[in-house]
Amino acid sequence: MEFPVHTSPYGQLPNNVTRLMGQVLLALVPGIIALVYYFGWGVIINICIAITTAVAAEAGILHLRKRPILPTLMDLSAVVTAVLLAIALPPLLPWWMTVLGVLFAIIMVKHLYGGLGYNPFNPAMAAYVLLLVSFPLSMTRWLPPEMLNQYPLDFLQSLTIIFGGQFPDNLTWDAITSATPLDEMRTRLEMHQTISELSQSPLWGDFGGRGWEWIGNWFLIGGLFLLWRKVISWHIPVAMIAGLLLSAGIFWMIDPEAMPSPAFHLFSGGMILGAFFIATDPVTASTTPRGRIIYGFLIGVTVYIIRTWGGYPDAVAFAVLLMNMAAPTIDYYTKPKVFGAREDKDG
Amino acid sequence: MITQNPGRWDFHGGIHRPDRKSLSAGKFLGKLPLPEILTLPLQQHIGSTAEPAVTAGEQVHKGQIIARTTEYIGAPIHAPTSGTILGIEERPVPHPSGLNAPCILLQADGKDAWGELPEPLPQYADLDPSLLRERIRWAGIVGLGGAAFPTSVKLNHGPDRPIQTLVINGAECEPYITCDDLLMREQADRIVEGIKILLHVVEAEECLIGIEDNKPEAIAAMQQAVAESALRNVQVVQVATRYPMGGEKQLIKVLTGKEVPSHGIPAEIGVICINVATAAAVTDAVIAGRPLLSRLVTVTGEGIANPGNLEVAFGTSLSQVIAHAGGYTDLAYKLILGGPMMGFTLGNDQVPMTKGANCLLLAGKEEAPDPDKALPCIRCGKCVEVCPAQLLPQQLYWYARAKDLDKTREYNLFDCIECGCCSWVCPSHIPLVQYYRFAKTETWAMEKEKQQAEEARRRHEARTERLERLEQERKARLRQKKEALEKKTARGAADPKKAAIEAAMKRVAEKKARQSRENEER
Repeated sequence: MEFPVHTSPYGQLPNNVTRLMGQVLLALVPGIIALVYYFGWGVIINICIAITTAVAAEAGILHLRKRPILPTLMDLSAVVTAVLLAIALPPLLPWWMTVLGVLFAIIMVKHLYGGLGYNPFNPAMAAYVLLLVSFPLSMTRWLPPEMLNQYPLDFLQSLTIIFGGQFPDNLTWDAITSATPLDEMRTRLEMHQTISELSQSPLWGDFGGRGWEWIGNWFLIGGLFLLWRKVISWHIPVAMIAGLLLSAGIFWMIDPEAMPSPAFHLFSGGMILGAFFIATDPVTASTTPRGRIIYGFLIGVTVYIIRTWGGYPDAVAFAVLLMNMAAPTIDYYTKPKVFGAREDKDG
Repeated sequence: MITQNPGRWDFHGGIHRPDRKSLSAGKFLGKLPLPEILTLPLQQHIGSTAEPAVTAGEQVHKGQIIARTTEYIGAPIHAPTSGTILGIEERPVPHPSGLNAPCILLQADGKDAWGELPEPLPQYADLDPSLLRERIRWAGIVGLGGAAFPTSVKLNHGPDRPIQTLVINGAECEPYITCDDLLMREQADRIVEGIKILLHVVEAEECLIGIEDNKPEAIAAMQQAVAESALRNVQVVQVATRYPMGGEKQLIKVLTGKEVPSHGIPAEIGVICINVATAAAVTDAVIAGRPLLSRLVTVTGEGIANPGNLEVAFGTSLSQVIAHAGGYTDLAYKLILGGPMMGFTLGNDQVPMTKGANCLLLAGKEEAPDPDKALPCIRCGKCVEVCPAQLLPQQLYWYARAKDLDKTREYNLFDCIECGCCSWVCPSHIPLVQYYRFAKTETWAMEKEKQQAEEARRRHEARTERLERLEQERKARLRQKKEALEKKTARGAADPKKAAIEAAMKRVAEKKARQSRENEER
């Protein structure tokens, strides 16, 4: 009797990349539902445009690279990139900008560097930054959350705006859009208003932007699910949130009227989404246990620095990209102590 | 100093894999009858290959040494039964490469007659440890946990490394394997006797026996045997069931809290670790004066009709072992020698039983599926979480793939124990261990090449130097000769020269005189 031969170990934990990515997508569902509830159909439309573009772009480039198409698409990493980018975009962004962003993410950021596993930068965040610096106006036209929205748009109206740029009767961009809480905070503070004055505004909720402040919780549910399923480890999210809370806390204690509270920072913008879903992208993050803590912490601190003193209201994308650059260096200096390390050698 | 509270320490990482030990646990299928022809590989251990001490046609007795080793690290091989040597030939051996290797072929005569054996040493406590080490070396005992490192070498820790703790490894952490479990259940006394001998040989203060908690019967039997022996400094310690608990370094850490230094051996921290079956073999060698001729082996998996444990003489074909365990079932898909984590597949069962073979796993397709196609590493770090050597497997993989051997060493490649945990958890299904083995082999090959180059350079330099020296010597000799000659001529020529001149002048004068005389005459 003849038997097949290959090397040990024999057998595998029933786990694979598709399953990991699938769980990430599943974990995004509560957050996406919340986004749709607060900001309408545009969110879903963006996600659909992004996924379609991502799959087509990945198939095309795999064909050019003479790589197996279906098996690679099945790893779902392109879909995850598409969804992460789509939910970071304003709900009524013109369709071609979404397409452009996804093409950039999949082709330039991911596949020109060798595809899954080889890209130094987070594709979704690189695309987000590209769109933000190229189309600053469109990229900051957010809708007001559901409770403040005077002109809720139905599915067809959203579709028309995204694809045709045509508004329903008597409506203009100015009527239907509104600044994000981070934007609002920034503008008001620049006008030397105090935070207690600012919080009188109807836009203000319990501790952050009304409506906005609760979206993070829904992403948090997904994030905890990922932690429970061991898809991600605790290091990056915990360190990133700690980095932000610590820096925000220090300055808030110094001057609570000019510096927004740590809770405001935590539940504004892309912080929770970033901490659990974006900074945790294993390919572009630091890979040693200690390195991940440093990596996450520095992202948190950088987010605070850019939000407070930089030129953009939110900063998760910039902070993540900056730390992507630093990740190899962080890894180099945070090698764990090997079993039985000799003091004279492994110091 | 007795180790306080052993078992409270832990090692990093490890995995839980369904152990499937119930298939064969506690089942003894008896001693396999001796085959007609035994095939005994000359290399059954780590170290140098043994050299045949017999020739074709020679009659041998049971227990007679038929191959011995001249190097320090090596072990002799004995005839497992009496019979005739058929020859020394290249035969397939159980090795991952699947290549042939020299084997001694022995035709059994059926008498199974013992030859002359050394005297039993029941009074070992009065003997010098070196004498006992010599006996263990004679018996051909190697680590029976699978690594097959010569035990006598391990026990020779040297005077500068006093041993405090003897660790007896009964963890048997690989899934499926139950031969140590069976031995502990059935022959605990023999193991404990071996421990007494080993304690005397290495002069250790205490002995800790580590057994995973999935073997309660073995733990109970060992505890009872230890209690009956009245040994105060021996302790049975129940350890958690987690692979690779039975790794030497891991078990030592869990039992003593000490870490074997990187690239080092346990003796450096005052510990020696011996497998339970090896300890039992030591008893036979010392108390009965008998060499290692057979061992317990687990035959298990979905692919075997009657899983269990057998005592098998070395040299017996694995096909006979399988036949004795009921033969193959329809599910048999892979033949693995060793466990599913660290064993290796065999292409067929026509290879002999050797000293290191602890398990024969006939795995079904679900137990040992074909490897999936590997995807790119996504650096998820699952491998870091499970690595018991605290390495960065994903980085090692990266550098091994790029053949950056210097970097793999910088990332402590040689601390990898090849346990397979990283491959087991990898979501991209990358055969990581294979890359590490590759990098290790490449490094060894490069080092060998470097050594050879160094050797060649030294030889070349020596030759140049020698030629130069010869040349100079030749020149020196020549010069001496010349000088001697010159001196000699200078000294001896003083008179002859003058004489020659004088003679010539005389001749000229005579001639002149004669001429003038002739002129006058005219």
